Amino acid sequence: MKPASFDYVRAEDRKEVLDVLRREGTEARILAGGQSLMPMLAMRLARPGVLVDVMGVPEFRILSDDAAGLTIGAGVRQAALGALPDLAQRHPMLAAALPWIGHAQTRSRGTVCGSVAHADPSAEIPLLLLALGGEVRLRSHRRARSLPAGEFFTGLMNTAKAENEMIDSVFIPAAKPGVGQAFREIGRRHGDYAIVACAAVADGAVLRLAVGGVADRPMMRSLPQPGDPTLEEALDAFAWDLGARDDLHATARYRRELVRRLGRATIEEAARCRA
Amino acid sequence: MNAEAPLQANGGTAPWTGRSLPRVEDAALLTGRGRYIDDLGAPPGTLHAAILRSQHGHARIESIDATRALALPGVEAVLTRDDIQALTTSLVVGVKAPVECWPIATDRVRYMGEPVAVVVARDRYLAEDAMDLISVRYAPLPPVLDPRAALAPDAPVLHEGLRGNLASDRSFRYGDPEAAFAAAPHRVSVVIDYPRNACTPIETYGVVAEYEPGTQSYDILANFQGPFSIHAVIARALKVPGNRLRLRTPRDSGGSFGVKQGVFPYMVLMAAASRITGRPVKWIEDRLEHLAASTCATNRATQLDAAVEADGRITALAWDQIEDCGAHLRAPEPATLYRMHGNMTGAYAVRNVSIRNRVVLTNKTPTGLNRGFGGPQVYFALERLVQRIALELGLDPLEVIRRNLVPADAFPYRSATGALLDSGDYGAAMEAALRDGGHEELLRRRDSARAAGRFYGIGYAAVVEPSVSNMGYISAVLTPAERKRAGPKNGAQATATVSADPLGAISVQVASVPQGQGHRTVLAQVVADVLGLRPEEIRVTSEMDTAKDAWSIASGNYASRFAPAVAGAAHLAATRLRDKLARIAASGLNLLPEEVEFAGGRVRARGNPDNALPFARVASASHWAPGTLPPEMEGGIRETVFWTPPELTAPTEADEVNSSLCHGFIFDICAVEIDPATAGIRIDRYVTMHDCGRVLHPGMVAGQVTGGFAHALGAALYEEHAYAPDGSFQTGTFADYLVPTATEVPDLRILHHETPSPFTPLGAKGVGEGNCMSTPVCIANAVADALGLPSITLPVTPARLAEHVFPPESEPPARVRPTTRPTATGQRGLSGEGEAVVDAPPQVLWDILFNPATLQAIVPGAHSVERLTDSHFRAEVTLGVGPVRGRYVVELELAEPVPPRSVVLTGSAEGGLGSGQGSGTVTLEPTPEGGTIIRYHYDAAVGGKVAAVGGRLLDGAARVVIGQFFTALANHASGGGAKRLGLLAWLRRLLRTGGRA
Amino acid sequence: MPRLSAGARHRVRFALNGRAVEAEVEPRTTLLDTLRGPLAATGTHAGCEHGVCGACTIQVDGSMARACLMLAVQVEGASIRTVEGLAPAPDRLSVLQEAFREHHGLQCGFCTPGILMTLDAYLRDHPSPDERELREVLSGHLCRCTGYAPILRAALAAAERLREDVSHA
Repeated sequence: MKPASFDYVRAEDRKEVLDVLRREGTEARILAGGQSLMPMLAMRLARPGVLVDVMGVPEFRILSDDAAGLTIGAGVRQAALGALPDLAQRHPMLAAALPWIGHAQTRSRGTVCGSVAHADPSAEIPLLLLALGGEVRLRSHRRARSLPAGEFFTGLMNTAKAENEMIDSVFIPAAKPGVGQAFREIGRRHGDYAIVACAAVADGAVLRLAVGGVADRPMMRSLPQPGDPTLEEALDAFAWDLGARDDLHATARYRRELVRRLGRATIEEAARCRA
Repeated sequence: MNAEAPLQANGGTAPWTGRSLPRVEDAALLTGRGRYIDDLGAPPGTLHAAILRSQHGHARIESIDATRALALPGVEAVLTRDDIQALTTSLVVGVKAPVECWPIATDRVRYMGEPVAVVVARDRYLAEDAMDLISVRYAPLPPVLDPRAALAPDAPVLHEGLRGNLASDRSFRYGDPEAAFAAAPHRVSVVIDYPRNACTPIETYGVVAEYEPGTQSYDILANFQGPFSIHAVIARALKVPGNRLRLRTPRDSGGSFGVKQGVFPYMVLMAAASRITGRPVKWIEDRLEHLAASTCATNRATQLDAAVEADGRITALAWDQIEDCGAHLRAPEPATLYRMHGNMTGAYAVRNVSIRNRVVLTNKTPTGLNRGFGGPQVYFALERLVQRIALELGLDPLEVIRRNLVPADAFPYRSATGALLDSGDYGAAMEAALRDGGHEELLRRRDSARAAGRFYGIGYAAVVEPSVSNMGYISAVLTPAERKRAGPKNGAQATATVSADPLGAISVQVASVPQGQGHRTVLAQVVADVLGLRPEEIRVTSEMDTAKDAWSIASGNYASRFAPAVAGAAHLAATRLRDKLARIAASGLNLLPEEVEFAGGRVRARGNPDNALPFARVASASHWAPGTLPPEMEGGIRETVFWTPPELTAPTEADEVNSSLCHGFIFDICAVEIDPATAGIRIDRYVTMHDCGRVLHPGMVAGQVTGGFAHALGAALYEEHAYAPDGSFQTGTFADYLVPTATEVPDLRILHHETPSPFTPLGAKGVGEGNCMSTPVCIANAVADALGLPSITLPVTPARLAEHVFPPESEPPARVRPTTRPTATGQRGLSGEGEAVVDAPPQVLWDILFNPATLQAIVPGAHSVERLTDSHFRAEVTLGVGPVRGRYVVELELAEPVPPRSVVLTGSAEGGLGSGQGSGTVTLEPTPEGGTIIRYHYDAAVGGKVAAVGGRLLDGAARVVIGQFFTALANHASGGGAKRLGLLAWLRRLLRTGGRA
Repeated sequence: MPRLSAGARHRVRFALNGRAVEAEVEPRTTLLDTLRGPLAATGTHAGCEHGVCGACTIQVDGSMARACLMLAVQVEGASIRTVEGLAPAPDRLSVLQEAFREHHGLQCGFCTPGILMTLDAYLRDHPSPDERELREVLSGHLCRCTGYAPILRAALAAAERLREDVSHA
């Protein structure tokens, strides 16, 4: 269980990274925290020609939380996000969800943007980005562009990122005062990929629920408020529309039930947290 | 002085044995100085092996081409069936049947992960590079996976020599079961499918083999655990006398739990590889290999019926067991089925028993030793049955247990099937467990939880834990006549050597091969007590070397034999040495030998401690002055004891089998609550009462119990070796095969009730396997009680409980189509459907499908398309999802054409990452606007590595790849050209055209 | 821009348990194989090589890391700590190691080095963990021998002892 051969580039600035992507396209893979890519290399499921290590690039170390929101550069590890002062006050959903991402031993290396790029349908970070109205900021040697999370994730481990592009950073807008946020997850064991993960945002009269682990990417829907008699029906419709499937760890039916029940609990918690 | 009154030998101070001393093993293990097999270095020039394994559950091997692999610089050899068969013979098979067992696939592969080729290269990375360059052509065969299905007359047959899949079929009868069933007012039955699981030690298998041509002998270092009866199997396979096979084990082993018995076929492979390359060859198994193909416990289909009196007393049991040993009957199988043969009545006094034991072969990994070994399968049926009896007769399950337990005054008790239960007071232990485990409180919790509408249940299990296997039990698979011809087999020889060096220090050598159980610590305690020394003065070695050590076929670490047998043998050897030293000292002290005692590092007169000699001086006397020893004394340098208990006799003419020497007792209580919102299972309390005879080291006994409990919890709630219907192995990583972690294992309340074994030197019994037998069924009983379930299948997952916890589900809205076709329980076929509307008429699409040039444009990732016939195409493609990409050879066949309206598309793919087959129907329906609605549905199966490591994502991945094909078809027909679309564009396009996929 | 080519060996230099070391590796060589092979630091064990079992957990610049999920070329210039660096002297155990011995927190010892490296890092930042927190951080490790209960006891005892040492210092 050893990786196939590849070249390794220790990039020193962003331009170097983008140059390699420009020249080598599909053959190149970004190596950030490596927590998803390395197992794939070891199993030889992925066989890139060149790995570009971006962790030495100063531009990617940006981690800033200002009035507009939170900017997380390509080189920021999940643990660094978790260590941000006031995270629980300013971004309660992130603070609640971080402990569910893998284990302490992988969060210490894994990056936020790497998880976004990997686009695993059961991973927490893509779900959080979608639920919080986040943006993915992409760069190629030619251009920079920004996509809302809802447009970035296009399917199973597939994204709108072009082959010559990389995720430069992700942006999560600051939570408006009075907005309620909640996150809940059910996995087989602690730290496993979610069977169902729910993230809810209650913003005044608008209530949104995002669900991970069921469809081929995180999906979000606006729902009625708790107490509204149509909520149950709307959750049921959402549960069915996600197209749950059976797999090794859970049945489609179980996933639908969790969307209904965990979804409702998450919505109610978000609504309660609303000031 | 004699062996029966040894424990005051250290002169009135409290014995070391029975205390939780710190372990001598730990300092090295805690500082990174463990010496596991991969830490030992290897001889200069050692080559490294990697094993190419089957991607199919069942397939004929058409060809193996290693040309490109061999051309890689640094690759020394690629061995396949012919190379191995030229140097070895089939591994011995434990039943009288025309079936062979090779360590490498011969004419066909019979389980996913079966070795197909061994690459030997300069290093492991390179060996794996070479592995990728070997091309194997398979012709897939239908697999059979279920043990009952394997017996069907039309089932696919694995081994033609057997003419079916039944390798053994024996029936047994004890007492008069027919009469008991006829007379009983009740008959209660359970039908069980016990799943496969494995204890997965964190260290994988490792072998270093070297062939020495000068003496035509093999030297093998392996983290093998025993039993060393396997030494004979390996020597015969390698076609050498036993003394030309030197087998050594490293000092440290990273866990085994039975599993490392299964390394032995690889010893044969690596030995052959060394002989062919003329170099030492090392192989360290990787985790993917281990999960898919090392070994695991048997799965078993059981029907168990009881004849029951109105008061719950069981008067007869009827067992029908179908044991699934996987693709090969690998030694010592079918031992899993017979290990419990004496214990088929468990802790109960049932005199009438019938048993039918069938052994079948299926397309799964060959089975072998695994903690609990046969016990979990038996007790799951037996203790589920006891709960069913209580329910069906309206009794308290505890009453049913009480009425049937072997009474305290009956020991030693001969069970109906032949076990001699050595000691115990099962009733007292059970009542103590109920009292000290807080059972009353749990009943109150259940009452109040249920009153509040919550799901709360309590389960029990009463279990006899056998230990120290009789080497003869497996011969019960033979008929009495066959046994007679084969010669008697019995016993359980344990060996230990205690020796004194010229400075009078004591060393102990045992053939026990520990994997973390702390044998060296306990042996130091035991020997220190005999010789009046401190444990830290005793030096114990436990690595094995068959060329130099005292050993027997029973040597090794299995069947929980250490405390009862090996420690006892060390005690006897130390006692023998002590008795000699007493005679040596007696003359110097002017005493009779029986007046000598050993204490505080001195040898002295009993009652007069001043009349003493230093121990070291007495112990070294045989080295320095053998001439001064008492006349006719053989010296006192080294004593080796071979101990075998006389109780372990061969099976009788009537098939009574005393399958084990010792029998501990366990009574477990489990209280669970099921979360109505998530169907999650929370263990509120788990109490386990153990009678394991005399406790030699409380800390280690606790460690064995908590460790066994964690394994059992995994088997009950998380772990399963899962296979897809096509024979694909699905739990190929530690992200799929779910081992409990610190967040899953609840606190355990351990209680003890000691009744020493009269049959072992120290009164100890085994303790390491019991919870693997009691806990899975105890948890299942608790869950069944909580939800009122008549039957329950392991592992008990929230998803499996969903239908019992949640109210019936709403009907899907009309717009939602069923996404998964109904399949049999546990089957996870990939199926799906989609449609797209295209601006072109059906005939245009039809022509695209039947034209290689255009087909190339729509087959995702196609490099070339070759037309084999008008309707049969072969393509080289690169397929993938996200970063996962692999190159495959794809064959497409178009059948049942109804031009231009419908066709059945059958495809298969074969590549380094796995294989896939699928078929689907495509219909082309003209629209009034002159376009076409393409509709397709498919059933697919994906096997090999991608299925084993990516099962969670497989369904989605299949959808993506198949969707790509039809999108491209639609695209091409609409004039979109051959360009492969990105998925976003594909989705947009589908949305625009109103399609769904 | 340094580009290390596949197939060739390249020198990587870093600090291992406080001492400067170097090794010649291919770009694809994992840090785990580098530690265990050319650097002969065999205390770090390979259990799964796909980042789940935790047996290979080490510290890179003070943070926990799975050595199987890193390439050796990634740690150029870094400071690596492994189980070999825990004991204060060859014949003495650290407080954490001693607690494991006292509470029988290990049996076969194969998973133990990784667990020690996690706890060493964790207790430095969280001197007063409760059992739930410890279970959570330990959930990144698989142990098949102990059932975890003695590991938790050892970790709690070590934390307490380390707090005492600090307050007495």
